[in-house]
Amino acid sequence: MSRKLHTFKGGVHPPEHKAESNARPVHAAPLPKQLVIPLRQHIGNPAKPVVEVGQRVLKGQLIGAADGYISAAVHASSSGIVTAIGPAVVPHASGLPDDCIIIDTDGRDEWISLAPLDYRAMEPADLRMRLRDLGLAGLGGAVFPSAVKLDPGAAHHCPTLILNGAECEPWITCDDVLMRLHADDILQGVAIMRHLLGSTEILVGIEDNKPEALASMRFAAAKLDFAVEVVAVPTIYPAGGAKQMIEILTGQQVPSGKLSTDIGIQVFNIGTAHALARAVHHGEPLISRLVTVTGFVLRPQNVEALIGTPLHTLITLAGDREGSTGVLMGGPMMGMPMPDLAVPVVKATNCILVQSAELFPPLPKALPCIRCTRCADACPAELQPQELFRFAKAGDFGRAQEYHLFDCIECGCCSYVCPSHIPLVDFYRYAKSEIWAREKEKRAADLARERHEFRQFRLEREKQEKAEKLAAKAKAKRAELAAAPAAEGAPSEADAKKALIAAALARAQAKKAEAAPKNIDHLPPDTQREIEEIEARRAKIRELARQPLESEEKP
Amino acid sequence: MPAPFILDRSSVTQVMAWVLAALLPGIAVYVWLFGPGILVTLSLATVTALVAEAAMLKARGYPAKPFLTDLSAIVTAWLLALSLPALAPWWLIVTGTLFAIVVAKHLYGGLGQNIFNPAMVGYAVLIVSFPLQMTQWPGPLSLTDAPLTLAQSASVIFGGDLPKAMLDAVTMATPLDALRTGLLQQLTVDEIMVQPIFGHYGGIGFEWLAGAFLLGGLLLWALRIISWQVPLAFLAGIWLAAGFLHFFDAGRFGAPWFHLFAPSVMLGAFFIATDPVSGSTTPRGRLIFGFGAGLLTIIIRTWGGYPDGVAFAILLMNLSVPLIDAWTQPRIYGGATRRGKAPPA
Repeated sequence: MSRKLHTFKGGVHPPEHKAESNARPVHAAPLPKQLVIPLRQHIGNPAKPVVEVGQRVLKGQLIGAADGYISAAVHASSSGIVTAIGPAVVPHASGLPDDCIIIDTDGRDEWISLAPLDYRAMEPADLRMRLRDLGLAGLGGAVFPSAVKLDPGAAHHCPTLILNGAECEPWITCDDVLMRLHADDILQGVAIMRHLLGSTEILVGIEDNKPEALASMRFAAAKLDFAVEVVAVPTIYPAGGAKQMIEILTGQQVPSGKLSTDIGIQVFNIGTAHALARAVHHGEPLISRLVTVTGFVLRPQNVEALIGTPLHTLITLAGDREGSTGVLMGGPMMGMPMPDLAVPVVKATNCILVQSAELFPPLPKALPCIRCTRCADACPAELQPQELFRFAKAGDFGRAQEYHLFDCIECGCCSYVCPSHIPLVDFYRYAKSEIWAREKEKRAADLARERHEFRQFRLEREKQEKAEKLAAKAKAKRAELAAAPAAEGAPSEADAKKALIAAALARAQAKKAEAAPKNIDHLPPDTQREIEEIEARRAKIRELARQPLESEEKP
Repeated sequence: MPAPFILDRSSVTQVMAWVLAALLPGIAVYVWLFGPGILVTLSLATVTALVAEAAMLKARGYPAKPFLTDLSAIVTAWLLALSLPALAPWWLIVTGTLFAIVVAKHLYGGLGQNIFNPAMVGYAVLIVSFPLQMTQWPGPLSLTDAPLTLAQSASVIFGGDLPKAMLDAVTMATPLDALRTGLLQQLTVDEIMVQPIFGHYGGIGFEWLAGAFLLGGLLLWALRIISWQVPLAFLAGIWLAAGFLHFFDAGRFGAPWFHLFAPSVMLGAFFIATDPVSGSTTPRGRLIFGFGAGLLTIIIRTWGGYPDGVAFAILLMNLSVPLIDAWTQPRIYGGATRRGKAPPA
């Protein structure tokens, strides 16, 4: 059972701080009075609400339906009344509110009826749609909809399935504890993954600082009727990065710009496997997860928390202390600071890390880069962070991209080792967002230009057609008038023309009156202003569009 | 504040402090074999560098404390002082240090921005401007009748009007000078090497000094403060170039070991060419950078107008760093090269 392990380049060894939280028993968090369930907890389209304000919902009831292929549903985590559907503070780096469904719980915690799925008998595509509707998404942090990852696609099978139990971030122990307590369930989930992906080789990678989890998983794996290799991997951050785990276990690198499935490997977090087993064998939607509550609290521990539970409920449970300096969601390397403790636990919430000045001293002021390349030595993506920093700082985003900015996984190793204490990752995030914004702008501009060019072409064509039509019409009318000269004296050629013009004007006016919108009489002032602004812009564009045409008309 | 929220304990100050610590064996051997004059030079350069650094920081509107305590100015001062003759007049040391800190460092943008190694710029300015004063090297004590005390050294450095006879008694041509002069007099290398200044590999005393710098350099490598590529490639460049010439005509070209065991080479290879700011940052680039500096050192020593070429060689390679770095970007995880193309499978 000994496997030749490989190493990835770079990595760091921050203090682990696992012992604080992984020894205490797991408690269920108390049922909060209010649940805030964001519609966007996963990568892809946000869920669409399917309940109404005032409606009573049961625990496990679908409240937001998956919207499209890359999406996942959300469910009520407990029974109660939907009191609001709208923006609320969510755990996001931006601190901006996002659409949520807010449920006032009734304390009865009443389940809907659950029906297990017979996954072997189901069509794989149907099964995946069911999983999407049960809200399954990756619990390792990226929250990618699991149904999509469980689709082997055109290849029809994915030979290697890797279960990621590395949990390499300091402080976090929820995967460790889950593996200790629920190894059998996790492997049940693995069996379902194997069924869907047709994998022949199944590897579980666990950092060697978790001997209990390794033993528990090995014991459970021995009971299975298929082979699962539980591998102890060296403890080094970020061994739990999917690409790094793949390299450690197989020696292969995922080609830049491709997916691991392109080389026949799929990676899932062990928490996802556990949730999958619950979903299939019990019909349970994803409405709770294990969360590590640790750091500056009296009783660091792991908590089974309902999705939507406010963070302060969990911190109170773990014993909040006077003098905390902030709260992170996630670990100290990649976590994000929480703007508000009312934000809910979401599917991605693996850890709530309460900071104190002692545990997390304020970072020293940054000095200039001295190009020592410690960052390059630590970078698991094998980038040259010092060059990326230089380009990002100078606003030379093209060069940053040329130096593979987008291969950066934002693991934070470079910032961690930087002797000048430069917040490097921050510069990369900034550069990435600038590039995205510019590309979006460019796309919009391209579209506008195309539309404008097409409009010009269309106007020109219409004008020609109109002219031809008019000419034909005028000819016919002249012929008609000439054919009936008897009436009140023969009208001159000019009169006939005048009559034609008057008729055309009347028609045009009638058309204009018809086309004028009639539903804008009683608009709120801001909407009215918006419309006026749009009209002004349109007028300008019309003006611009007209000029070349007019000049062309002149002989 | 964005992630990560923890840092390891490294700092620029710590890096620079280790560089200074790694110079201590060399300084100790210097004092032991050549007398205490170097201590005066080092102190003078340090004080000048700190004053110049503080003044430039103030002039540029930067906070003094974080930059003065980063120790980078002291590193520059020590590297320059160790490159200068230990009995050089005070104004030479002050001028060189001022030029290094004010022009080469701060006028180029300060810490991390200088494209040339400041100490080497200071040295180059001095050797071009004051070649005569740059020859006041103290001879090895074993060859000197009456070594100068610390006070006498200071008086030589600050007074400058020591009787010429007395100065001549303690200063001496360096082995590289001796070789150069001898070759100009149409002597063969073997004929030159019988002079008392030459030792086993390099000069008497000088080879021990080189060894002490090597020791300090290995310490920096063991601490991963410097990479192995630059010093190894530098020494390889010296050895191969000198070896080739020596093999070609042993009478006209010094032996590779002689060239290698000069203090300037070990100081250059481990402490100056490894300066991260002005050096290459890629693994292959560092090999090219170091090898080029070694090669150029021998070329300048052999055909140039100055006895030693380490400083000019390193400055020339500093100049090539942007090109070297751009051409030697390593392959990243997943195989993409710099132009975004994956190598053929």
